[in-house]
Amino acid sequence: MIYFDNAATTIKKPPCVGEAVVNALSAGNSGRGAHGPSLSAARIVYEAREKLAELFGAEDPSRIAFASNATEALNIAVNGLLTEDCHVITTASEHNSVLRPLYRKEKAGMALTILPVDRKGAASCEQFSHSFRKNTRAVVIQHASNLTGNVMDLSYLSSLAHKKGALLVVDAAQTAGCLPIDVEKQGIDILCFTGHKAMMGPQGTGGIYVKQGIEMEPFCVGGSGFMSFSKNHPSDLPAALEAGTLNVPGIAGLNAAAGYLLYTGVEVIGRRERELADLFLEKISGIDRIRLYGDYTAKERTAVVSLNIDNEDSARVADLLWEEYRICVRAGAHCAPLLHQTFGTTEQGIVRFSFSWFNTEKEVLAAADALKDLALSL
Amino acid sequence: MRKKMKYMVFAFRTTADAIAMEKICNTHHIAGRLIPTPREISAGCGLAWRMTDADYEKWKEQLAKMKYDSVTALML
Repeated sequence: MIYFDNAATTIKKPPCVGEAVVNALSAGNSGRGAHGPSLSAARIVYEAREKLAELFGAEDPSRIAFASNATEALNIAVNGLLTEDCHVITTASEHNSVLRPLYRKEKAGMALTILPVDRKGAASCEQFSHSFRKNTRAVVIQHASNLTGNVMDLSYLSSLAHKKGALLVVDAAQTAGCLPIDVEKQGIDILCFTGHKAMMGPQGTGGIYVKQGIEMEPFCVGGSGFMSFSKNHPSDLPAALEAGTLNVPGIAGLNAAAGYLLYTGVEVIGRRERELADLFLEKISGIDRIRLYGDYTAKERTAVVSLNIDNEDSARVADLLWEEYRICVRAGAHCAPLLHQTFGTTEQGIVRFSFSWFNTEKEVLAAADALKDLALSL
Repeated sequence: MRKKMKYMVFAFRTTADAIAMEKICNTHHIAGRLIPTPREISAGCGLAWRMTDADYEKWKEQLAKMKYDSVTALML
């Protein structure tokens, strides 16, 4: 089997990740006691915060709160930060994890501007400057598209947003682990990330970084392990955003994954993944019937190659790749409805190949050959 | 009956701060340990850092730089 659905989830993880998960199954409940097992859990959780803070350039580990994935983190951000009387800017390139929480707020009265993207799926940074209003509270945007691999210039957007008195909220689901992220240098106010994609951690892990000084209403309240007689959930981070028992085995795996990323280097991993994507692009470039989606001339992008074979249903292409070649890719809408409207692929969908640190050149060449076969036979 | 003795007890706003304190103290070989927060301390998270009065006096300067909510002398 050849697995090229790494933008959905990576299935090959560094061995230390699984070991950490298994070892943590016997850990106690973090923050719920001062006995050995409970403290062991709390130490694992804190170590994970430290490593994630280092990975994302955050000074204070307590500004990292855990969530079960980027979608949950984005819901925490959108619901905790945005009120009905404010305005938000986003783009047509977004995943539903950004769009749906914003649509829900829009329904409640919040004003929403969705900037269009060009035929390559790229949102022009210049559009943003004309879209701010007096009540613009935030720009909520993905770092990279899950469908095209296009990357946004976060430093530019943060400087623009900050000049206008707005915050920059970033969905880093596709970039945490494969593109360098520095919340200080890039001016990111809130970073939402998932652990199971390029970070190579377990599914069900992720989190949110919140810059010092930003106050947010918690999305979820309940058990905190302390202040039990208060009617209100604790307001200090990270406890403020972490109601209930934490996923300690998952966080232990994420901790190990973050250690692996720090040791190996995010830039090294990202470069390797893009080399594989570029090799794939090179090998399929001679196939006439292939249509590519995304800006493949951009200097910075993620290791995603999205395409169609003429008007063939993407589901059929993906199914044939699996059934006849044992190659795993993603077909369909990829939770990016507005991007498909732009590309005119709402019915057809798009076939996405996404590459990971653990893929090989041999696998890439086999996939390119399979695609050539299909392009000739369909 | 068990005899009580005087300790200095640090309270924290979150578990993360308590674990950070333990980590820094371990790094500097500052003796002490995390305990369930005693009832005399009304605010703070469920973990408190307990150390002897003598160690507290010895490390007072370093301890002042750490992130905690309060420090209280208690008979425990």
